[in-house]
Amino acid sequence: MKIIKSLTIIVLAFSFASFARANNFEQAVQGLLENSNKKKAAAVEQLAKVDDPRSLPTLKAMLDAKLYYKKDDKSLVIITDLEEGATVHNLMSQSDESISDKRAVSKVRINNKLRRLLRSSIAVLELSSGDMAIRLESAKNLAKNPSADMRDVLIIALEKESSSKIAGFLSLSLGLIDLENEDPAVRRKAVDYLSGSVEPQAIGALKALTAKDKDGNYLEQDKELAAYAAKVFKRVDTKMQLFKTSENMLFGLSLGSVLLLAAIGLAITFGVMGVINMAHGEMIMLGAYTTFTVQQLMPELIGASLFVAIPVAFIVAAAVGVLMERLIIRHLYGRPLDTLLATFGVSLILQQAIRQIYGANSVSVISPPWISGLWEVNGALALTYNRIYILLFAMLVLGLLALLLKKTLVGLQMRAVTQNRPMANSMGIRAGWVDAMTFGLGSGIAGIAGVALSQIASVSPNLGQTYIVDSFMVVVFGGVGNIMGTFIGAMTLGVINKFLEPQVGAVIGKIIVLVFIILFIQWRPRGLFALKGRFVED
Amino acid sequence: MNLLQQTFIYKALQNDIFGRYVLSFVIIIGTVIPLLNVFAPEGSMFDITTFTMTLMGKILCFAILALALDLVWGYCGILSLGHGAFFSLGGYAMGMYLMRQIGDRGVYGNPELPDFMVFLNWDALPWYWYGFDSFGFALLMVFLAPGILAFVFGWMAFRSRVTGVYFSIITQALTFALMQAFFMNKLGFGGNNGLTDFKDILGFNIQSDETRSVLVFTAALVLCITYFVCKYIVSSKFGKVLVSIRDAESRTRFLGYRVEHYKLLVFTFSAIVAGVAGAIYVPLVGAANPSEFSPINSIGIVIWVALGGRGTLYGAIIGALVIGYAKSYFTTSFPDLWLYILGGLFVLTTMYLPEGIAGRLEQLRQKRNGSKNDPSTPAKNAELEVAK
Amino acid sequence: MNTEKTEKFQSVLYLNGVTKSFDGFKAINNLSLDVSPGELRAIIGPNGAGKSTMMDIITGKTKPDKGEVRFKDNIDLTRHDEADIANMGIGRKFQKPTVIDSLTVWDNLDLALAGNRGIWQTLVFKLSSNQCERIEEIISLIGLSEKTEALAKNLSHGQKQWLEIGMLIIQEPEVLLVDEPAGGMTDYETMETAKLLKDIAKNHSVIVVEHDMDFVRALDCTVTVLHEGSVLAEGSLEKVSADPRVIEVYLGR
Ligand SMILES: Nc1ncnc2c1ncn2[C@@H]1O[C@H](COP(=O)(O)OP(=O)(O)O)[C@@H](O)[C@H]1O
Ligand SMILES: [Mg+2]
Repeated sequence: MKIIKSLTIIVLAFSFASFARANNFEQAVQGLLENSNKKKAAAVEQLAKVDDPRSLPTLKAMLDAKLYYKKDDKSLVIITDLEEGATVHNLMSQSDESISDKRAVSKVRINNKLRRLLRSSIAVLELSSGDMAIRLESAKNLAKNPSADMRDVLIIALEKESSSKIAGFLSLSLGLIDLENEDPAVRRKAVDYLSGSVEPQAIGALKALTAKDKDGNYLEQDKELAAYAAKVFKRVDTKMQLFKTSENMLFGLSLGSVLLLAAIGLAITFGVMGVINMAHGEMIMLGAYTTFTVQQLMPELIGASLFVAIPVAFIVAAAVGVLMERLIIRHLYGRPLDTLLATFGVSLILQQAIRQIYGANSVSVISPPWISGLWEVNGALALTYNRIYILLFAMLVLGLLALLLKKTLVGLQMRAVTQNRPMANSMGIRAGWVDAMTFGLGSGIAGIAGVALSQIASVSPNLGQTYIVDSFMVVVFGGVGNIMGTFIGAMTLGVINKFLEPQVGAVIGKIIVLVFIILFIQWRPRGLFALKGRFVED
Repeated sequence: MNLLQQTFIYKALQNDIFGRYVLSFVIIIGTVIPLLNVFAPEGSMFDITTFTMTLMGKILCFAILALALDLVWGYCGILSLGHGAFFSLGGYAMGMYLMRQIGDRGVYGNPELPDFMVFLNWDALPWYWYGFDSFGFALLMVFLAPGILAFVFGWMAFRSRVTGVYFSIITQALTFALMQAFFMNKLGFGGNNGLTDFKDILGFNIQSDETRSVLVFTAALVLCITYFVCKYIVSSKFGKVLVSIRDAESRTRFLGYRVEHYKLLVFTFSAIVAGVAGAIYVPLVGAANPSEFSPINSIGIVIWVALGGRGTLYGAIIGALVIGYAKSYFTTSFPDLWLYILGGLFVLTTMYLPEGIAGRLEQLRQKRNGSKNDPSTPAKNAELEVAK
Repeated sequence: MNTEKTEKFQSVLYLNGVTKSFDGFKAINNLSLDVSPGELRAIIGPNGAGKSTMMDIITGKTKPDKGEVRFKDNIDLTRHDEADIANMGIGRKFQKPTVIDSLTVWDNLDLALAGNRGIWQTLVFKLSSNQCERIEEIISLIGLSEKTEALAKNLSHGQKQWLEIGMLIIQEPEVLLVDEPAGGMTDYETMETAKLLKDIAKNHSVIVVEHDMDFVRALDCTVTVLHEGSVLAEGSLEKVSADPRVIEVYLGR
């Protein structure tokens, strides 16, 4: 035991000093073929020093009992399943080959001592790797089941580590190891180590140290340590809160971007035409069902289907929107309340039609794998990719829309009509045409919102109804005719919602938001970014 | 009835031919149907089933609700998409009284707590249930619950001059939020199931035909009373101010009228009327359900008024009767078609029949009477004017 | 409402340094105006000079960014809203005639009739025989006797103008703000209107905005010329018409 430990330290010193390349790989592995475990151990140490990409796989295979040597030419091979004709990887020639006879190879056997040595050597190799991903993986694995043998490896690795995330795992392992120590000073240091990590394990260990009995005394024998741990815990807790807050913030922003996608089309049509489209939610629903249909049509290309669905959904929803404008809304010009009612009628019809075509239950839209993963920032902060994608997507849509409004003729005309319809009319802008375009654009964006929503919500005929009230609130809060207002309105409401939710529950949270909005319009009746102008007031 | 009332009723109906017809029809429904249900021999051609009678009673409650909405929308131009909430609040207030009347006859036999509270392991009655053992108190709450909500909400909205579609979508959010709240068990109103399993009202078995007959009669009576109260309001100078607000809100201000006070009073009154309708509805159907708060119910009321003819009181009643009956017919016979029909009604009424059935009736009458200009012509909505 | 009463004040309307901008555009720019009790004042100026906006500010529709707006020397109008200001005695006729479309001529006048505007009062209000007579009197004054029961929306543009003038008179304000009353009227009617306004001005303060020069001449009163939100010239019509700046911005075109 002692010997191995000191050996390890020597190995470490060498490898971290990284003047490896003492011997070449071929030479180093010779020792592995020996029967003596001592010689094998020496070979392992040498391998750890050799700067060769094959070292790590060799050691790993050896630990997993997959390392063999061919009896004929003594070359080392990695074999996953030993059977006739199996493909094996020859480490010497670095190529795959097949073996004809099971008896042609012999396993490199190891004992427990060797196993420990292998583990630490592997850890050393991995932790000193230039590749962050390998280091992280290794540190994570070590933290799962930290053993005291690794202590020295960890200490040296921690000193060298530059990534705080990896360092967190290393100090977690160290802390857990040292906590088992008898020496109070070491244990105190362990608490410090633990404080460097926000993984649940570290928090759990600290919590356990500071646990109290009924009378309020620490359960921990070493009271001083417990008190110290309590102090440290407080600090870590603040850090955790910070992570929690940023997580909520991100969730809020991603909810906000959903709201933004859902509301922005509404805000545009409201701004330009002064009408509320109650069927706007159904445009979102149409977009979601379009996604579903596209996936049905191209089942082998689920990954690509989303990219196809986006333009298709835009076109489908926009076409329905333009149709609505030409057939109905145009005839109700100047009667916003009647327009609201008529569009509500359309929403009922669309819902029922979808219900009859696709059924009343929700259909399952498949998420491509690249959307459904999880991004673990650290133990306290993990984000699903779909949230991040939605955020990015919403920003992209917002950006494109801003460009469209700023740089194109249609955009210019839309803004002109928004600000002063009679004036725009008298300047020769065909307001009717602008209205149809606006309605098409607003509905089209709702269709795109539907594609995005299909990735995070269940797609049923009621999908639109779920989001429409919230979208209205965004418009009321942010003001109309200004995409900045919608953006800030959506993000604010999203974040407020997400911060309230854990405290009071989703429903009460919604009610609080509504009350907030009602109070807010006392102060700003036309929302954050109100359109000013004579036309708007009358 | 004293002389004064009689004269007002007489005067009110003198120029209101269609109002006379509609009210007569209401009175017939409210008296003949209950009488036939109770007294006609079972199976005879005059027998009215309890189902039909209850349906008629429900429709009469809807008509009261339609009057309430017509007053604020048809006359004052405030499109409330939250009247279903006031209706439901009135209904819940009555439902709470009916719950207390169950006493220890519930499934759990707990004399203190309604079944759903026992089920949720609550050990005491929440404070806001106090007092509902008394019918008088419950009745007061039927007025106060929707009234206070409308007052507070309206005060804030009208004060900050929230009008038009803005007001509409905020009232929709209000009823949406209330619906979600009432679906929660925590709130103490029975969650998903609402209030149900009622036993009796004022000591009479709530299931019996006789009690229901009385309820249907009450609905008809309250409808008539509401009609006359509304009639009084709209023919007073107050009513002219309402129309003036609808047609030209800002002009009305420059004439020196405090528009927000007028709106607030009429909105609150209308909410109370809606609550009363709900309070008759709940014992009739035997349950107060949170889904009554759903936004689609509230917007459904609007189409009754729109189809019947906004800005005429009898029109609102016609709309409620026609659509109430059509809904019951289609949802049982052609359930898949109903939403298309309802949706189509919204589109077609606003596009082709903005003055509703009442508007058509008035046109016909004017044609018959020659082109005499009649002051009681249904007032066109101000919006229609802007269109020109 | 009689001369003795109004003469207690120095000026019935006093605007000083009033500025109002919309999105950076100064519709009213350091405007000052002083109207004495019982005065008839005409205001002219090119389109967009800020005449209507000035009336908006006086009647509480628009809050100025800066400046004083006083009624009867010491009532600060910027602190009151439209209804308050109307009830204090400032009546207004809009540039675009606004009458209550779905009410009859009679009902329009009934609404405008001086009296209590409270909600409870209007609920129980009954016209007295005096008030009925007053309404009829006004109806014949504005020449709509034939149309008493007609809905306002069925009136011609000129008739609407008259109805609105009638509503303004029956409201019995101390100050009348009249925005372009002659629009849509025949020449004869225009002269009648001028006569009527002069009549009213005998015991009221009246401010009239008008483009029609014959009309302004007929009013025969002090004229204020507004340009780009401030006063360009003030005085008799002859005097201001001779002012070269006025000719340049307005009359010359
Ligand atoms: N509410 C408003 N919002 C934006 N601009 C306004 C508003 N009211 C007036 N304006 C602008 O102020 C200027 C003055 O208008 P106005 O007072 O109507 O002029 P006039 O009545 O003298 O023709 C115009 O350019 C008009 O566009
Ligand atoms: Mg003007």
